[in-house]
Amino acid sequence: MTLDTAMKKRLIAAAAETVFSHAEELSELDRAIGDGDHGLNMKRGFEAVLADADNLAAKPLGEMLKGAGTHLVMTIGGASGPLYGSLLLAMGKAAADQPADIAGVARIFAEGVEAVRKRGKSDAGEKTMLDVLLPVGRRLSAAVPGESDAELAAALCAIADQGLESTRPMRATKGRASFLGDRSVGHLDPGARSSQLLLHAVCDVLVAQQQTEKAGAA
Amino acid sequence: MTGRVALVIVSHSAEVARGTVEMVRQMVGHEVPIAHSGGNPAGGLGTDVASIIAAIKSVWSPAGVAILVDLGGAETNSEMAIEMLPESWRDKVVICNAPIVEGAVMAATEASGGGTLEQVRATAEELAP
Repeated sequence: MTLDTAMKKRLIAAAAETVFSHAEELSELDRAIGDGDHGLNMKRGFEAVLADADNLAAKPLGEMLKGAGTHLVMTIGGASGPLYGSLLLAMGKAAADQPADIAGVARIFAEGVEAVRKRGKSDAGEKTMLDVLLPVGRRLSAAVPGESDAELAAALCAIADQGLESTRPMRATKGRASFLGDRSVGHLDPGARSSQLLLHAVCDVLVAQQQTEKAGAA
Repeated sequence: MTGRVALVIVSHSAEVARGTVEMVRQMVGHEVPIAHSGGNPAGGLGTDVASIIAAIKSVWSPAGVAILVDLGGAETNSEMAIEMLPESWRDKVVICNAPIVEGAVMAATEASGGGTLEQVRATAEELAP
């Protein structure tokens, strides 16, 4: 699969689109256990990324990720700015250019997730975006030989869905939701939801692209 | 080490940030350089990395800068801002684990007496729960 400029633009557009179309839902989730601004903050961040899409997509992958991460850090205005920003900045640092294989993608992703862990001083089971990102990263590192990219993408999305659902019964110990203590139980974590949405958006674009390439080759 | 340690107040609310500075100036005086940052990039409640960086730069002192924050996002965004400073500045900027208003007054008191960055932070953090 070639990660050319058009493809990078599609990835940026798909990520922004899923954030825009779910902004209200993300804020609704955040109103239950936080301060209700996650959707609006993410929307502002991805508007800045989308506005710079032509410039970003023309850069090598690593530079594109760093550029997008910087926009998120500078425009989101909530804790999700540095968290998503650190994810992309660290992935950008690890991705000098297009990864050669899935193992390369897994290494880049792992660097990003580690940066989120450090930035948030958090870990699995604390009702955060890490409850989606960590299991997805593990599955990515353990890609089964012989499985197609579409199968892998489907598996990653399913794991992201489970990770999101796993935050519902959790008691938050990090971030604003931790002020609620036991009252945070029974609600999905908004950051886990945005992570799951973004992963779906990226996987959908990659799988569609591969199908197009296959159809073209046939 | 030259000059006094400077302070930066980072709140989700621009009014809380401004008000905290006002209290420090009235209770401790004007010897300590103090800047503030409050509100998100769109002017609502939240914090703004670019504005935090600008606040740090506006009061930068070789003696160091101590940051006082309110809620979680203010701390995370302040950490991000520190990482985006010139490398030689980074270990001279610290975030105090202290209540924002009381911590600011205590930190300013220590800084106005010529305390080092570590002393300023320790004094503010005596108030930590």
